[in-house]
Amino acid sequence: MAMSEPAPHAEARASAFRRFFDSDLWFSFTRSWVTMLAALVALVLVLAAILAPLIATNDPFDPATLSLLDGSKPPAWAAEGEWRFPLGTDQQGRCVYSSILYGLRISIIVGFLGVLLAATIGITLGLIAGYFGGTADSIIMRIADVQLTFPAILIALLIDGTTRALFGNQRSETTIFWVLVISIGLSFWVQYARTVRGSTLVERNKEYVQAARLIGLSRPTILFRHVLPNVTGPVLVIATINLALAIITEATLSFLGVGLPPTQPSLGTLIQIGNEFLFSGEWWVVIFPGAVLAGLVLSVNLLGDWLRDALNPRLR
Amino acid sequence: MLAFILRRIIQAIGVLLTVSLIAFSLFRFVGDPVNQMVGQDTTPEQRAEIRQQLGLNDPVVVQFARFVGRAARFDFGISYQNKQSVAKLIAERFPATMELAFVSALFALLAGIPMGVYSGLRPHSWLTKLFQTVSLLGISLPTFLIGIILIFVFPVSLGLLKSFGRQGVVDLGWWTTGFLTREGWASLILPSITLGLFQMTLIMRLVRSEMMEVLRTDYIKFARARGLTNRAVHFGHALKNTMIPVITITGLQIGSIIAFAIITETVFQWPGMGLMFLQAVQSVDIPIMAAYLLLVATLFVAINLIVDLLYVAVDPRIRIAGRPA
Repeated sequence: MAMSEPAPHAEARASAFRRFFDSDLWFSFTRSWVTMLAALVALVLVLAAILAPLIATNDPFDPATLSLLDGSKPPAWAAEGEWRFPLGTDQQGRCVYSSILYGLRISIIVGFLGVLLAATIGITLGLIAGYFGGTADSIIMRIADVQLTFPAILIALLIDGTTRALFGNQRSETTIFWVLVISIGLSFWVQYARTVRGSTLVERNKEYVQAARLIGLSRPTILFRHVLPNVTGPVLVIATINLALAIITEATLSFLGVGLPPTQPSLGTLIQIGNEFLFSGEWWVVIFPGAVLAGLVLSVNLLGDWLRDALNPRLR
Repeated sequence: MLAFILRRIIQAIGVLLTVSLIAFSLFRFVGDPVNQMVGQDTTPEQRAEIRQQLGLNDPVVVQFARFVGRAARFDFGISYQNKQSVAKLIAERFPATMELAFVSALFALLAGIPMGVYSGLRPHSWLTKLFQTVSLLGISLPTFLIGIILIFVFPVSLGLLKSFGRQGVVDLGWWTTGFLTREGWASLILPSITLGLFQMTLIMRLVRSEMMEVLRTDYIKFARARGLTNRAVHFGHALKNTMIPVITITGLQIGSIIAFAIITETVFQWPGMGLMFLQAVQSVDIPIMAAYLLLVATLFVAINLIVDLLYVAVDPRIRIAGRPA
């Protein structure tokens, strides 16, 4: 992988740290203030999501602490605001700031798991298609072609509709959570499969693969221990850009009302709730979660662009 | 050439059959169609009779053939929720989505091409930087967020334009249009911008990179050497040659405009097919879901096919090489 390639002058036994800071990747990172800013924003948001229970001012999902008297409060710096609710409250008296922290957490987890699933499916199928060729290849790539004709959001909606029909409309939060992850995973696998298949086609005839075959290693061992590490470079780039797309898809589904319910809201659900109050002038309920979502997606996208340029100079 | 056309048509039919199979499986195996159609107090005998009438006891292959045959005649059965013919429901909403998609595509082209040309010609000007920032936002911001921001800025804060529904519609009998009234336009503008923004950024980026590429070629240098004006070189020679990929991509994007209309139509409560599909997903109205899926697939496949054929017709290099792009 290009990422861990040591610079020519590095000692053979240099630590992983040392190699990382000597790499082109780190160099191009320090040369672009936009990328550094994006990394900073992403880091802050991820930390905020991890530390949500510690830095939240309220528990927005504990009905006992909610009071309708606290409803519709503007942000703290406005005339009627209180510092108990730094970014104001919605009509139910839920603290917007705390809801955003917990929502951010769910959005990131769903996006991350969705991308992980998509990559796992895509890489496995891509390896199989590229390595074995023949019927397996044409079946997998035909499915990929058909699926590419449809936008991911449509596929995700269809999967959601199907599970509604199978499990009934009263699905538990856990079911919905996994349905979202699976929808995203099944909507985005094609790109990985195509890329991995392409690189596998090149790798499978190389000498190290022939050597592995000669010493009698099993096919799964050859595929996953030997071929896989050599085709993961582009996958990392796709995964980063896809993470942004997956977060958008989850937020969109939740916004459309087929994602996470208000009892366990993601950023998309929060925006949907806020959207209902936009006309009554309570802008803070929708603008703050929207800004956080935009910041998250934008910074992940910028990091993806940087990775693509740094790892793959041909695409620049 | 003929072989190429035939191969593409066979491929298109293959895709459509696969999608029909998915739509059919949805209809047939996800939930019981009979249970959805009858009331609580229907006796088992009556249910069996309906089952027989619907042909649900026939072999699955026969049922699938019947499903495809009906779909080809736009017969998608009765909506579970509205108890109306799905074809009629779609026909009512088709014009709304089509007008929205048309205006969005127009907006994307009319704004995207000039922005792309400018940033291709002057890659270092501050206006180009501004365009690029806008395009990054257009790609990064989710469609629904753009819609909400537009609603917040124009109708809510400034009291301009409409944020809700499709107003000022004139019924022409076979088509309903919002193009003829002021109100119709006022309610059309914001959803169209929301829907077209992503496509606009795509076209802008494409035109920009194509322009920069074309401007480096020899025939541009030659045109300059002949002493042609900048205007003639940029628009007569360079822009003309960037148009083929732009037309292709725009054509292919029409499909995703229709799919993304689901989101825009929800934000603006626009009474189109997308909103209908979303409501069908929420209420598990499978005939509508299946019909929408088939309709979108047909549109996609038809557009792909036309674009492929046009491409061959427009660009002789593809014909000679014999390898379609």
